[in-house]
Amino acid sequence: MKRSLVLLVVVLMFSIGLMGCSQEKKEQTPAKKETAEKTVEKTEAAPAGGEIILGVPGAHSGDLASYGLPTVAAAELVAKSYNDKGGVNGMKVVVAPQDDQCKPELATNAAFKLVSDKVTIVLGHICSGATKAALPIYKEANIVCLSPSATNPPLTQSGDYPNFFRTIASDDAQAALAAKFAMEDLHLKKIAVIHDKGDYGKGFAEFAKKFVEEAKDHEVILFEGITPGAVDYSAVVQKIKSSGADGVIFGGYHPEASKIIMQMRKKTLDIPFISDDGVKAQTFIDTAGAAAEGVYATGPRDITANPLYAVAHQGFLDTHEGKEPGAFYYEAYSGAIALLNAIEKAGSTDYDKIVDALHNNLVETPVGKIKFDSKGDAIGVGFSVYQVHDGQYVEVKK
Amino acid sequence: MDYFFELFLSGLTRGSIYALIALGYTMVYGIIELINFAHGEIYMIGAFVGLVVAGVLTSFGFPAFSILILATIAAIVWAASYGYTIEKIAYKPLRNAPRLSPLISAIGMSIFLQNYVMLSQTSEFVSFPKLIPDFKFLKGYEGMIGSTDLLIIIVTAIVMIALNLFIKFTKMGKAMRATAQNRKMAMLVGINVNMVISATFIIGSSLAAIGGVLIASHIGQINFYIGFIAGIKAFTAAVLGGIGSVPGAMLGGLILGWTESFCTGYVSSDYEDVFAFALLVLILIFRPSGLLGKAPTQKV
Repeated sequence: MKRSLVLLVVVLMFSIGLMGCSQEKKEQTPAKKETAEKTVEKTEAAPAGGEIILGVPGAHSGDLASYGLPTVAAAELVAKSYNDKGGVNGMKVVVAPQDDQCKPELATNAAFKLVSDKVTIVLGHICSGATKAALPIYKEANIVCLSPSATNPPLTQSGDYPNFFRTIASDDAQAALAAKFAMEDLHLKKIAVIHDKGDYGKGFAEFAKKFVEEAKDHEVILFEGITPGAVDYSAVVQKIKSSGADGVIFGGYHPEASKIIMQMRKKTLDIPFISDDGVKAQTFIDTAGAAAEGVYATGPRDITANPLYAVAHQGFLDTHEGKEPGAFYYEAYSGAIALLNAIEKAGSTDYDKIVDALHNNLVETPVGKIKFDSKGDAIGVGFSVYQVHDGQYVEVKK
Repeated sequence: MDYFFELFLSGLTRGSIYALIALGYTMVYGIIELINFAHGEIYMIGAFVGLVVAGVLTSFGFPAFSILILATIAAIVWAASYGYTIEKIAYKPLRNAPRLSPLISAIGMSIFLQNYVMLSQTSEFVSFPKLIPDFKFLKGYEGMIGSTDLLIIIVTAIVMIALNLFIKFTKMGKAMRATAQNRKMAMLVGINVNMVISATFIIGSSLAAIGGVLIASHIGQINFYIGFIAGIKAFTAAVLGGIGSVPGAMLGGLILGWTESFCTGYVSSDYEDVFAFALLVLILIFRPSGLLGKAPTQKV
């Protein structure tokens, strides 16, 4: 009797919990619909012709919203600055955000929505997967799409998407720079490539290996993964030493890099050590100490000296109560400028003319003076090589 | 041949560290049949205490070598008190509980200590001061072995010999062996079992703390998570050698170190862990109680 009573109470409690959940859900759905309708109104209220509709798809909600929302802010600021000057070729710029939560299936929905709303140009998407899912739809509709953050190399390099551009360097650009620097500036012939088996480190190492092998008279003499967190890397260091490598390219993060470089120096292995932006951190120098001196690492080019950077930064601070802009904000700001500038230069919103203008016109943006190569990657953005000098990373000037 | 010798030495360094930590696992298991999963964290805490003490002493301008010794002593005292306390609050109340309860308590303790250090110190990697001055090995062989490797090997060897002598010839050692054989009987012949267990935890923790300070000055950096991986490897070494056996832990540690080192050198470091654990599985198939472990006799 007692037991059945307890059971009843438990069942009741659970059912109340469930009811609570379902009620919440019910309440949520109409709210969502409302916002969706709002965006429809916004975009439909904008008649094509007199206005340029700048579609901004990306993660605006969900756990990746912090990557998507800065792009919306950047688009709005750039649109406002053009509108204040009287618009682009006399046309007002309207921003039309569209949420895809970085999910490919939502990204195709967002893309269809933007196409049916007759957007002129698209600034997005944010994640590589979502971008890839949405691109064919824009291609079909002859709409130019520029991403501030999708770094997956095939997006441009496959040549499948002539309508795609980006203002961020692709994943392999960093490895290409590291490999080129090792071979051409440091004149290394036999290179040991080591990585930490992680997605980022291994990807970097594999690209570096590819670039070294493609070059004449250069070889990758050792290609190996290490176990992050292992107590000791002296066996790997020994192996590098006996392989006769004249330089090391490492893909991974700073804790492993500092352990390896320290053991290399201890074992009197004084060959150049080149790594990625996972290592271009002050913590690396702090932990590796004296062994860090002379280590090379690639990292994003320093853009803080650019006057437009200051404009973009100040614009965000003024409109967001002093908060710092989030990820990819400057890439998005630059992308919006590049797109609107291309329309201005093309003198029309015709697809072919915009693409031509993007390829052929240099434009001043916060990330530098850029135009786009034949595949859609921005020329003029990307990475620089830094070297540790007196306990600090210093850009290597050529 | 040089290459082989170099790998041999780097395996010896690695194995010594594993053995030093494995001793704590094996001794505790031998006495109360508990796998003390918080032992790796004791090693990590030893390293952190070493870091703090070394930092303070450096600011007072002590010479490097005396800092090393004082920091190690502080780490030993601190880690031993942690080991003692952990046993008292997390394991002793569960001594007559089902076997699974103290195991869960040990895992809980391990997670607690990790988070405690992460919150009270930092989650970042911090650099460990260079306490062991570099000296050049025999001319022509400088690159073969570093000063820290050499010190680790020597200290481990000394500790091993001392521990064996302690267990063989002292009164406490005898009491420990008796308790390991049969706790109830030991109690009946007048051995203070609680004290023996505490002593085991204190000794095991001290060894882990020595390992912590040595390996931290060898690789030059620590963070709150280093105890987990080192602990798993040391535990593997203890099982490999036969958990409960002190010489077994040493042998297991060295074999594990050499396996990893030679595998890295001659095959690929990609498969370092694969080989290490494949070896463990192989040995357990043919010798379920480990290399030097005794087959357990079922009490009827």
